Amino acid sequence: MDAIVLVPLLAPALLGAAAVVVPDRRVAAWSGVVDSVVVLAVGLVLLARRGPVPDLADGLLRADQLSAFMLTVIGAVGLTATWGGVDRAAGRATRAERRYAALVCVFLAAMSLAVLTDNLGVLWVAIEATTVATAFLVGHRGTRRSLEAAWKYVVLGSVGVAIALLGVVLLYAAGRSAGEATLSWTVLTSGRLPLDPGLVRVAVALAVLGFATKAGLAPMHSWLPDAHGQAPAPVSGLMSGVLLAVALYAILRVRAIADVVLGPGLMRGLLMTAGLGSLAVAAALILRQRDYKRLLAYSSIEHMGLLAVGAAIGGPLAMAAVLLHVLGHGLAKATAFVVAGRILAAEGTSRIQDVRGLLARRPALAVPFVVAVAALLGFPPFALFFTEVAIVVAGWQAGLGWAMAVVLVLLLAVFAGLVRATAAMVLGPAGERTGADASGPSRRGAGGPVTPLVLALCATAVVGFSALPVGAAIARAAGVVG
Amino acid sequence: MSLDGLATQLLALSTGALLLTAALLVWRRSLAAAARLLAVQGVALAALVVSIAAAERDAELLGVAAVVLALKGVVIPLVLGRGVRATGVDRENALRVNPTSGLVGVTLLATLAYLVSRPITQATAGIGGTAAGPAAFAVPVGLTMVLVGLLLVVTRRRALSQLVGFLVLDNGIATVAFLTAAGVPFVVELGVSLDVLLVALILAVLSGRLHAALGAVSVDELNELRD
Repeated sequence: MDAIVLVPLLAPALLGAAAVVVPDRRVAAWSGVVDSVVVLAVGLVLLARRGPVPDLADGLLRADQLSAFMLTVIGAVGLTATWGGVDRAAGRATRAERRYAALVCVFLAAMSLAVLTDNLGVLWVAIEATTVATAFLVGHRGTRRSLEAAWKYVVLGSVGVAIALLGVVLLYAAGRSAGEATLSWTVLTSGRLPLDPGLVRVAVALAVLGFATKAGLAPMHSWLPDAHGQAPAPVSGLMSGVLLAVALYAILRVRAIADVVLGPGLMRGLLMTAGLGSLAVAAALILRQRDYKRLLAYSSIEHMGLLAVGAAIGGPLAMAAVLLHVLGHGLAKATAFVVAGRILAAEGTSRIQDVRGLLARRPALAVPFVVAVAALLGFPPFALFFTEVAIVVAGWQAGLGWAMAVVLVLLLAVFAGLVRATAAMVLGPAGERTGADASGPSRRGAGGPVTPLVLALCATAVVGFSALPVGAAIARAAGVVG
Repeated sequence: MSLDGLATQLLALSTGALLLTAALLVWRRSLAAAARLLAVQGVALAALVVSIAAAERDAELLGVAAVVLALKGVVIPLVLGRGVRATGVDRENALRVNPTSGLVGVTLLATLAYLVSRPITQATAGIGGTAAGPAAFAVPVGLTMVLVGLLLVVTRRRALSQLVGFLVLDNGIATVAFLTAAGVPFVVELGVSLDVLLVALILAVLSGRLHAALGAVSVDELNELRD
């Protein structure tokens, strides 16, 4: 039964190979969707499972409750993004389409491996592999801008994540000089190794700095709006919705080691600084943003900042809120990016000022966009409302009232910026643009399945209320990293 | 001479070569020369692994040394060399930092590396195999390479020069890994090597495409995306 943890790694290998070999366009289009369903199913099975933690190959693969929860998030968000991006056209798949499908499968497999391993070295390899898989996905369109985004993404992503490798290496050295050469997270957090605090301090700081680059936290966020703005919409949804969360997951694992060896002080300082910095950067740039895909990317930086603040606070309430926030943000952000991709395909521009009166002209696009943005803004009943309140309350209880005041002010600025941009796009009369493209999906890619968007938004709305079983599962997952 | 004595001498020689190649990479402007210097650096890194294998009496590390030699001494420099020929651009014309101040920068970075590596050296010296002593005291070399790699990424303008910087950074991390802990576990080492190779290939391909789209690529020209 433990072998079930292999399924999220083997399924994408088969599906990716099928997408490359079979020339039918439908295989390429649906391979990512099927893979996401498999990952989601395995995640749910692992969440429901009790008893000993599944463990394969000496901890190379290990699925505790946190891994199971993250796997579920990858599956759910992956399903939203890939299903929302399905192109129903039949016929022969071009080479680019097949490569795209295979790379999406590799991307999903790399993220699954990252959350399913107990070995920090393998975790690093998997996170670096996501950079490798997404490099050509970001540059998929081949335009000057997408190549520029891909270049900056790969250079900054690899250099930043390499810093994390230095941290992992030093943790290994610390374990070795304490008597047991290991990269096993379970052993390093068990507290039975006399790890050298000076060395661990350097190691965890470097590891957090490196993984924070991948998580899009300030000041290492500059690649994010470029890459998320230029990638095809489903890929943007995957990157914003789960890749950032997987990098944050790595930070949470490192933080647990630091808590055991050093106490919470160092991590709290680092994460609080990064979190507040990200919120400030996001607020400043959302207020003057002119491109709606980049607007959504900066909203991701804002949410990652909030999550870093939550991780800095720590404790059961804040950690549970962080995990629920990861799920809610992933679903809402993937939906928003998929709809933004359709708006881009329909309108032919990603500039906010060139899109007007969307609600009157294209209600089928405007309504899900507005609902997704409302979810991201933290309107009740969406889960993000509860998690944002919970993080602020937890921070207040932990004696970080000043930081929570700053968070609230910055969230208010983000709120104003997002509402202004969205209102500018969707409100207004229909008649400003005339001609054939004024209504109806005029270009290829402007239509697409609506079911995944509805499902994702409904899930975001319901998940905050379903204390059982969701609340219990999240509480168990949060307990893993305390 | 005993095996341990030889191992210590090889360790000193290889770490010296690593430091020297890092400094030369800052000094030279030519990308073709950078590819050759990286090959030398890869060979020096493999020699370092052999010296640690001898000191630790660890046969598995000899396998790691073979992987390092093949990958960092041969394959990755070839990938870089092909990228240079494909773009037809060799010289780094407008340096942000001239070579002399670059070399002064390297000495400053080396001093900094000695200062910051004290907790690492203190924690790892004298534990583990017989070479742990000399190896632990060579850790600043690895950190200097990491910092020099960052310097190259930040100060060079040609797209491929940033790849050179990343590769030096990665060699530096590998050096730290071998000096402090006789390398990471073999599975992880293989995964890391594969990732680095793929990143090098991707950056070489992307720089070719950028070259086709823009002409000679200066990173400064990558400014269409901003707020």
